[in-house]
Amino acid sequence: MTVIRLNNVRKSFGTFDVIKGVDLEINPCEFMVFVGPSGCGKSTLLRLIAGLEDITSGTLAFDEKVVNSLTPSQRGIAMVFQSYALYPHMTVYDNMAFGLKLAKGGADEIKRRVNEAAEMLQITDYLDRLPKQLSGGQRQRVAIGRAIVRDPKVFLFDEPLSNLDAALRVQTRLEIAKLHAKMHETTMIYVTHDQVEAMTLADRICVLRDGNVEQVGTPMELYEKPQSTFVAGFIGSPKMNFLTEKFADAYKAHTLGVRPEHLEVREKAGTWAGKLIHSENLGSESYLYIDIGAKEPLVVRQDGKPSRQPGDLLHVSPINDNVHRFDQSGYPARA
Amino acid sequence: MPVAIKNTAFYALVVLIVLFAVFPFYYAIITSFKTGSALFTIEYWPTSFSLANYVSVIEAGSFPRNLLNSLIVSGLVVALSLLMAVTAAFALARVRFRGRSLLLLTILSVSMFPQIAVLAGLFEVIRLLGLYNTLWGLIFSYTIFTLPFTVWVLTTFMRDLPIEIEEAAIVDGATPWVIITKVFLPLMWPALVTTGLLAFIAAWNEFLFALTFTSSTETRTVPVIIALLSGASAHEVPWGLIMAASVIVTVPLVVLVLIFQRKIISGLTAGGVKG
Ligand SMILES: Nc1ncnc2c1ncn2[C@@H]1O[C@H](COP(=O)(O)OP(=O)(O)OP(=O)(O)O)[C@@H](O)[C@H]1O
Ligand SMILES: [Mg+2]
Repeated sequence: MTVIRLNNVRKSFGTFDVIKGVDLEINPCEFMVFVGPSGCGKSTLLRLIAGLEDITSGTLAFDEKVVNSLTPSQRGIAMVFQSYALYPHMTVYDNMAFGLKLAKGGADEIKRRVNEAAEMLQITDYLDRLPKQLSGGQRQRVAIGRAIVRDPKVFLFDEPLSNLDAALRVQTRLEIAKLHAKMHETTMIYVTHDQVEAMTLADRICVLRDGNVEQVGTPMELYEKPQSTFVAGFIGSPKMNFLTEKFADAYKAHTLGVRPEHLEVREKAGTWAGKLIHSENLGSESYLYIDIGAKEPLVVRQDGKPSRQPGDLLHVSPINDNVHRFDQSGYPARA
Repeated sequence: MPVAIKNTAFYALVVLIVLFAVFPFYYAIITSFKTGSALFTIEYWPTSFSLANYVSVIEAGSFPRNLLNSLIVSGLVVALSLLMAVTAAFALARVRFRGRSLLLLTILSVSMFPQIAVLAGLFEVIRLLGLYNTLWGLIFSYTIFTLPFTVWVLTTFMRDLPIEIEEAAIVDGATPWVIITKVFLPLMWPALVTTGLLAFIAAWNEFLFALTFTSSTETRTVPVIIALLSGASAHEVPWGLIMAASVIVTVPLVVLVLIFQRKIISGLTAGGVKG
C-alpha cells in the first residue's frame, strides 16, 4: 500500500542529463509500466526509485516520506533484473533465502517463506540446484522468487522477459499478471520496451521520451487519446499511420493519425484511393500496404486473409471518422 | 600421415619441454641420495640410495626451525596480502572515486622497482620499526612486494564480476563487507588460489631480504640457511646436504600446487547472469 511520489527528479552522469525533471505519482498497489524507446532513461528512472543510483536533484517519497538517501533495503524494495543476477555459487534455496538471512529472520520463518514462494512459482523441485543447472525461464522464476520472499513494499522489474524466447515470454507474462493479482498490497513498477507487455500488464503506463514523461494514463487512455504523435506512434501495433499535407489539411490538422485497425477497404468512394503494393498474411488477419500518394504506404488491417492482389486499386476510409488530429508541434490540434 | 607427423612432433616438443623443466629438479633428487665421492661423478640414473644427507640436514641444528620460519612467514604473507588485496580490489574495481586509475598505476609501478634498489631504504624502515632480525620484518617487506601484484590481479578479476550480482546483493541488504565475503569471495576462488600460490612461492624462495633483515640462525628462513650451509672445511661445498635441503624445501610447494589445482576450475560464475 505504498504511494510513490517523484518531484522534479533529475539525474545526470557528469554533464550528461539522463532524467530531466520527472514529476510522477504512482498510486498504492498500482502496476505502473515505464515504456519508451531504447536509451530514453527507463532503467535509470527505475534504478533511482530502487536506490541503486543517487538522485541528482528533486525528491522521491514513499508514503510521503522522502527516501532519497535510503539504501534499497531500507526503502523496502525488491528488484528483478533483466539478466537474472542470481548468485552463481548458491543453490536456488540459498539465493532466495539470502536477503532474509541478512535481515536476521528466524530459520523457520525463512524456510516457510522460501517454500511458499517456491510453490507459487512452481520451482519447489529445483531448490537444491545451482543456477547453472536451470533453464532461462527457471532462472527468471528464481529471480522473481527471490524478490517475492522479501515481501517488498515496492516490486521493481527491469525488462524481466527480454532474455526469454517468445513462447516463454507469453507464459511468464501471464505469471507476472497472476503475481500482481496475488500480491495486491504491493506497488509494482515494470520497465519494458515491448508495448504488448505494457498494454496487457499495466494499470497505468508512463511513456518516457528522452528523459521526460511524455504521457501517463491507463492503456486505453493512451490508445484512444494519445497526447502526442510520439505516444500515438509508440502505442499500438502495427504502428499508427501518419498523414500530412493535403491528406491532413482536409481534416484541418498538421498531422493526421489513423490506426490500421480503424481503416476499412470499400468498393468505391472511399476517402483515399491507391494501389495495393504489398500484403502480409498472418492467418487470422492481414495487413495491406496501399500507396495513396503519401510519403509512406498506408497500412490497413483486415480480418482473415487478404482479399486483393498487389496492383489492385483500393478505396479506403477511416471507420466512424476514427482519426487523431495533431498540430505542428505534434500535440492534439484544438481547432 | 601428416596428422601422425604433427602428433609426433607435438609430443616430441612436449617431452623436450618437460625434460628441460624437470631435469634440474630430477638431478637434485638423485644427487641428494648420493654420498662421499659419488657426488662428484656425473650420472643420469640413480645409482645409490642413501638417506644420510636427509638425516644430517634434519638433525643439523636449526633446519627444522628454519623450515618452520619459512612456513610462518610465507603463510602470513599470503594471508595478509590476500586480505588487504581483496578489500583494496573491491574499492579499486567497484567504488568510483577520483584518482582511481592513477592509484592503480602507482600500485603497479611500485612492483617495478628492483629489490636491490629499495634494500637500503627498507632496511632503515625495518630498523626504525624495531623489526630487525624478527620474522615480522620479513613478513612486512614481503607483503610490500607481493601486494601490488595481488591487488592488480584481483582488481582485474573483480572488475569482470557481473555488476548485477552486486546490485542484487545490495537490494538484498548486503553491506560491502558482506558482498565481499559472501558473494565475491566464493566466486573468486580461482583468482585467490592463483595469486595466493604465487605470493607463497615468492615469499618462500626470497633470498635477498631474508639475508639482509635477519642475522641469527633462529630467525633465518630456509633459502638463506641452504646458501650458508658449509662443509667440514671452507673449501668444501656440501652438495649432498644442499640438495637434500633443497628437495625438502620444494616438497611443500609441490604439495600446495597439487592440493589447489583442483580449486582452479573455470566457469565458477556460470549461470548467475544470462548466458
Ligand atoms: N552509468 C552511466 N554513466 C553514463 N551514462 C549512463 C549510465 N547509465 C546510463 N547512461 C545513459 O543514460 C541513458 C539512459 O539509459 P537507460 O539505461 O536508462 O536507458 P533505457 O531506457 O533503459 O534503454 P534500454 O531500453 O536500451 O534499456 C543512455 O543514453 C545511457 O547511455
Ligand atoms: Mg534499460
